[in-house]
Amino acid sequence: MFPYIVRRIFIMIFMLTILSIVTFLLFNAVPTDPARLTCGKTCTPEIVAANRIRLGLDQPLYTQYIDWIRGIFVGRTYGSGSATFDCATPCLGYSFRNGEEVTVLILDAVPVTMYLAVGAFLLWMLIGISSGIIAAKHHGKWQDRAIMGVSLVGYSLPVFFLGLLFLVFVIVRWNLLPYPDYASPFEDPVAFFQTMLLPWLTLAILYAAYYARLTRSQMLETMGEDYIRTARAKGLSERVVFRKHALRAGLTPIVTSAGLDLAGLLGGAVITEYIFSLPGLGRLAIGAVTDYDLPTITATVLIAAVFVIVANLIVDILYAAIDPRVRLT
Amino acid sequence: MTNPNVILEVKNLNVEFTTDDGVVHAVNDVSYTVERGKTLAIVGESGSGKSVSSLAVMGLLTGANSKISGEVYFNGNELIAADPEAVRKLRGDEMAMIFQDPLSALHPYYTIGDQLAEAVRVHNDVSETQALERAAEMLAKVGIPDVDQRIDDYPHQLSGGMRQRVMIAMALINGPELLIADEPTTALDVTVQAQILDLLRELQKEFGTAIVLITHDLGVVADLADEVLVMYGGSAVEHAPVREIFYSPQMPYTWGLLASIPQISAKKEQLDPIPGSPPSLLNLPKGCVFAPRCTFKDQVADHACANTFPELLAVSPDHEARCHLSETQRNTIRAERKIGKVN
Repeated sequence: MFPYIVRRIFIMIFMLTILSIVTFLLFNAVPTDPARLTCGKTCTPEIVAANRIRLGLDQPLYTQYIDWIRGIFVGRTYGSGSATFDCATPCLGYSFRNGEEVTVLILDAVPVTMYLAVGAFLLWMLIGISSGIIAAKHHGKWQDRAIMGVSLVGYSLPVFFLGLLFLVFVIVRWNLLPYPDYASPFEDPVAFFQTMLLPWLTLAILYAAYYARLTRSQMLETMGEDYIRTARAKGLSERVVFRKHALRAGLTPIVTSAGLDLAGLLGGAVITEYIFSLPGLGRLAIGAVTDYDLPTITATVLIAAVFVIVANLIVDILYAAIDPRVRLT
Repeated sequence: MTNPNVILEVKNLNVEFTTDDGVVHAVNDVSYTVERGKTLAIVGESGSGKSVSSLAVMGLLTGANSKISGEVYFNGNELIAADPEAVRKLRGDEMAMIFQDPLSALHPYYTIGDQLAEAVRVHNDVSETQALERAAEMLAKVGIPDVDQRIDDYPHQLSGGMRQRVMIAMALINGPELLIADEPTTALDVTVQAQILDLLRELQKEFGTAIVLITHDLGVVADLADEVLVMYGGSAVEHAPVREIFYSPQMPYTWGLLASIPQISAKKEQLDPIPGSPPSLLNLPKGCVFAPRCTFKDQVADHACANTFPELLAVSPDHEARCHLSETQRNTIRAERKIGKVN
């Protein structure tokens, strides 16, 4: 088990390196001059040239890359002489559009996205898996058909449609909830829950529908396995067969999906955040793209990628813990 | 009727499955008895209904689309109409079953010790430690080496033969009176097959377990069986003591099975397969189920083979067969073709 994890961590570091290089090249592939973007309409060629040197954009690409990576680990100082600017560790760059260090922007946005993603995740796992199990248990009966029918509808509703529907009816028409105005759960828990409820539901309904179908098909497949027949042949009651023998095996593949879906959302639920004005990573990324805020774009891409890669590692370790056959590899 | 020596009596068993394509007649009017400590082999091709009939006996056909009728007496108690909960309590305790592929039949996530101990604890009120001790004892008995370490192994860490030994240990751990072995050696190497059969024979002697052995391998039958039931297309077509099946077979399908055994002494380059393929159980032929593949159907007058399904008739006191051919015709054919040992 231990060598397995160590090997996986090495692979992860390798992948992160590749990813950072790709992300960095993305920064440079954009057909604008990053230095030109550092000042507004009153720009003069002299300021642009000075900023280029100050940000190290006159250096060869590999030097820029190394400076960027070093900034993440030890921080960096832009410029020299009297006009220096310190960017604290982990330094992801400076956003001129926001007049703020990118790290600060990211750190403000991450908790919002995290609350959104984790809350929706818990909801959809609870609803999706339990209804999938019920459907599988009553395979072919009305419970099964009802759950599958409802989940098909849920699965067919795109987030932008469902989110807007909630917004228009629950908030605008029926005034059941105040207009979304994000507040930290530690400062104003009531406003927090009022704001988060609909975004949670919007995401959870879509994913719950998918997980209900996934759980049902996994459970049905598992219930047809030979070892389930063996368990019955031993004289185990149907309840023990289902709970002890079928459930664990049937839910294993769901761990993979769940980990990756959660990681994907942690990178930013763009549409949901946008609809409900949540200042999360997704909205930060969209804002950065429309504003040509290059350091912020790079940073959000990098963060989302890190989430996915780390989730992958956790999923692999979990999988090995659940399924003894994986441990040898 | 109730012979105290009979552990299992199956009477007029029928199993049907309703599918989207129609009704599958998997088992049609099959009857047999198994005596305590004896072995009945059920022989037939894939899809002849041999596995389905024994799953029905075990009460393991629980799908909503299956319909079972007939009677199954285990120790004198009828099981088909009985409370499923009562049958569940017999399963794994007084009657047990082992399956064809031991890798897929063992749960991949639990150690073999856990799986055996579980089997003990379903039917006995003992602690986990006691159950594990019993498991270790049984594993040693079926010839698992280094039981102390092996008991914590997962099924995938064992070889195919070892896995089947584990399955046998699990089936016999509560000392059942009846063991149904569904093709126990089919998935194994030939050398391992012999070991498993030896093991079954030894354990049968020790525990006095009756065995229903489901197989398509006549070599296995000759090795282990006391009695043989030949099944074809969901019906019993011949039923006799093992000697009779090999020495005096009465049904053309049984002849075909015997002729298709490879023989080292025969100076032939090719085997003699039975022409054609087994009938679809969705749509059984009108007359004899075997008629479409039978080489001898033209020797019977009035196309009887194509029109009426022959009765299972006694050839001798303990030998029954379904065939329209007269005894003289059968004897002539067997003599000509050297089927069985014609002295």
